[in-house]
Amino acid sequence: MEWVNAVVQGTLLGGLYALFAAGLSLIFGVMRLVNIAHGDLIVLAAYLGLSATTLLGLHPLAALLVVVPAMAIMGYVLQRAILNQTLGKDILPPLLVTFGLSVIIQNTLLEAYSADPQKMNAGALETASFSAGGLSLGVLPVMTFVIAVGVIAGLQWTFYRTALGRAFRATSDNQEIAQLMGLNRRHIFGLAMALALAVTAIAGIMLGIRTSFDPSIGGGRLIFGFEAVIIGGLGNLWGTLVGGVILGVAQTIGAKIDPGWQLLAGHLVFLIILAVRPNGLFPRIGE
Amino acid sequence: MPDPILRISGLDAFYGDFQALYDVALEAGEGEVLAIIGANGAGKTTLMRSISGLTQNKAAMVRYRGENIGALRADEVAAKGIALVPEGRQLFPSLSVEENLIIGGQVGRKGPWSLNAVYKLFPILQERRHQQSTSLSGGQQQMVAIGRALMANPDLILFDEISLGLAPIIIKDIYAALPGIINEGMSALIVEQDITKALSVSSRFYCLQEGRVSLEGASATVAREDISRAYFGVA
Ligand SMILES: Nc1ncnc2c1ncn2[C@@H]1O[C@H](COP(=O)(O)OP(=O)(O)OP(=O)(O)O)[C@@H](O)[C@H]1O
Ligand SMILES: [Mg+2]
Repeated sequence: MEWVNAVVQGTLLGGLYALFAAGLSLIFGVMRLVNIAHGDLIVLAAYLGLSATTLLGLHPLAALLVVVPAMAIMGYVLQRAILNQTLGKDILPPLLVTFGLSVIIQNTLLEAYSADPQKMNAGALETASFSAGGLSLGVLPVMTFVIAVGVIAGLQWTFYRTALGRAFRATSDNQEIAQLMGLNRRHIFGLAMALALAVTAIAGIMLGIRTSFDPSIGGGRLIFGFEAVIIGGLGNLWGTLVGGVILGVAQTIGAKIDPGWQLLAGHLVFLIILAVRPNGLFPRIGE
Repeated sequence: MPDPILRISGLDAFYGDFQALYDVALEAGEGEVLAIIGANGAGKTTLMRSISGLTQNKAAMVRYRGENIGALRADEVAAKGIALVPEGRQLFPSLSVEENLIIGGQVGRKGPWSLNAVYKLFPILQERRHQQSTSLSGGQQQMVAIGRALMANPDLILFDEISLGLAPIIIKDIYAALPGIINEGMSALIVEQDITKALSVSSRFYCLQEGRVSLEGASATVAREDISRAYFGVA
């Protein structure tokens, strides 16, 4: 039963990792951009949520209504003003610029909020639990998982059922020809980053309710997101969810064997999958 | 000649430091069909890129309906009513056949072309509409590429080697469909390696040689020797 519990808790944790990963996957899929600052943007969203709860007196979940649009707008502006300038044949400039952005975000957060760990107060939600099949499940982890599934389903729907998604896929396929169709790729990329950071906002808030955070933890979240994307296969959103779950389960099982092994077990599973299936478990067909 | 819809003058085009077009001048009247011929590497595709905005040049080098468009981006040019059927078809592999067509209409210009009109022109595409565009034969892919350009309801349509890599019978079919495509007032530039084909569908032609216009004239009356000379540069 303890092992079953570990697997279930790990699966729920995987929902959070899928949220970390979805935005990363989306922008890589649309514009082949690896955003080194992604983890720091998650942390930034958590701090924006914290400010919204303390300044406006909102519940953290209600803070989503403020933070999601704020991050989306920031994403669009960031893409149009800075990141579009770095995109081209050479993959180094976007890496360097997003690395620089990562440093800037960390230092700004340090100035604004200090290095002390903080947490959002979600009241009773934090400790609420229910029992199912002999297991005790936290309401918050279950909620996070459900949100993750909803976000992935929403992104999937956007990608394959809407004009915006069609524009994303066309631009990803062939930027020049997409431009011929009247799509301005700079605008399309801006919209993709806006959507990615909207998802990042959700990830940051769920993170900030679940655990305490400080300005330095972005790098770790980036790694988890990155690992989930690679395990699942680049460009496959449902694969990203599976990747998050595998990572989460590996970590909780590792922690069960020895508390010090949590992160190590996750990284090991990632490396093993990478060695056996370099394109991940569910690579997008044709790539 | 009627008022020109397109007037190119003094067009120099570059890939980095490499100059691909030198002082090209060309005029197309409203409703006119022009053939652009020339050997491999003569600069035909570069000319298409320069008109459609994929290669950006000085604004005044390309005038469309009295407006300088030489420096506009491709999406801006598309919105003005110029569509390109690119060399090698270049369909979107992640999009189904139907989505490839729909995205062609993304610019939102009004006109006779719609999904139904394209399916009427190429019925096979309706049968295949949910398939991945890459699963089609070369000829069917070319139909999608043409349909995609038509969906924009352009006033000027550019065809870059639509018969490239296709079986002769398919080429015949596609050329048979052309008059139905270039109807009522639509103007067209047709780039083609097959000189006879190109001359038969056009009223006038331009021959490019190493980036320069080496000959222009009326398609019906041009002498074959003149074309050979302009094409290959042999005296
Ligand atoms: N992307 C590029 N970078 C550098 N040079 C290029 C590029 N594309 C074409 N060129 C050069 O520009 C010149 C004109 O090429 P272009 O593709 O316009 O010729 P074309 O007449 O369309 O030939 P083809 O019949 O082979 O399609 C050629 O010398 C070619 O090598
Ligand atoms: Mg060419």
